[in-house]
Amino acid sequence: MNTIWLVLITVSIITAVFTGRLEDLTKAIFDGAKAAVEISLFLAGIVSLWLGITKIIEESGLIYKISHFFRPVITRLFKGIPENHPAVSSITLNILANFFGLGNAATPLGIKAMQDLQTLNKDKDNLTFEMMLFIVVNTASIQFVPFTVVGILSAFGSSNPSGIVFPTICATLISAVISVCILFVFRRLAK
Amino acid sequence: MKTIGYISQLMIPAFIIFAVLFGTFKKVRVYDSFVSGAKDGLLVIVKIFPYLLAVFIAVKAFTASGAFDIIKSVLSGSLNTLGIPAEVLSVAIIKPLSGSASTAIFTDIVKSAGPDSLASRISAVIIGSAETTFYVLAVYLGAVGIRKTKYLVPVCVIADIAGIIIAIIIVKLMS
Repeated sequence: MNTIWLVLITVSIITAVFTGRLEDLTKAIFDGAKAAVEISLFLAGIVSLWLGITKIIEESGLIYKISHFFRPVITRLFKGIPENHPAVSSITLNILANFFGLGNAATPLGIKAMQDLQTLNKDKDNLTFEMMLFIVVNTASIQFVPFTVVGILSAFGSSNPSGIVFPTICATLISAVISVCILFVFRRLAK
Repeated sequence: MKTIGYISQLMIPAFIIFAVLFGTFKKVRVYDSFVSGAKDGLLVIVKIFPYLLAVFIAVKAFTASGAFDIIKSVLSGSLNTLGIPAEVLSVAIIKPLSGSASTAIFTDIVKSAGPDSLASRISAVIIGSAETTFYVLAVYLGAVGIRKTKYLVPVCVIADIAGIIIAIIIVKLMS
């Protein structure tokens, strides 16, 4: 992250000097700061909402029923998670929310999953392999129907707006598998 | 399509009412339980905020600086020889950085190239199958406050590039 941030910032500023867009750049930096506050406020609402709902399903025991159902799949992929750990349910709920394109639920549940995974972490400053796997699965964005895109295509009069749904599902599944493979290759190399 | 859209809209309300009714059935005081869970939400956001700020500033600066147009003009020649519309590149570069910016660029492409053009279809698949990687990284890493990310970031960047190539190949094969 350090390198990427450094590159983005320096490249932007140097290019802005050459393209004469310094004024736009300065404006963009403050816009970025403003956007971060707006997104955080929005996140504050939905994260609290989902933490509240998860608390209810925790206390009623529903969460254990959900995790019981998906446990075989999740623990096979995430080997370091004990069978009855809350991380199993939060990961399950996050993946389901992603799958149905419910971004507003997926992010808060993902945050919960990361915190649950952190409780299993022995070295709190270092990512565990399970955390990396979880993030990689999330960035592959396994989604059933890309509603925004279909909506825009049909708004502009596409002859077959949902024609892109099948290719998108194929692309997202193949790239999810490849992303996980890349992660495993890196783990092998890092050893 | 409409049915799937409806089911998707129904998911969250259905889940919430089921959670609340099941809780009540199991004698959970759902209101108190909700409040005690929700009170941690703000603390989480306070932790995530600085990470989000850093990512947003860098991304906005990058898109405003014109660096992006330079990369595009350098690469568009080689893309044309492969039979890939140059517009696709904008979506491919912006999607991992910003969701709203990539939707805006996508709308532009649909408007100028037509909704049934190759450029629109490839861009649509890229947007649908890729994720705003740096936002996800900022939020999820921020939530646990971990700085040592080992090889996670290179894996995500390579996976993004692979995902874009796969999207292009699939659209080309299916049309």
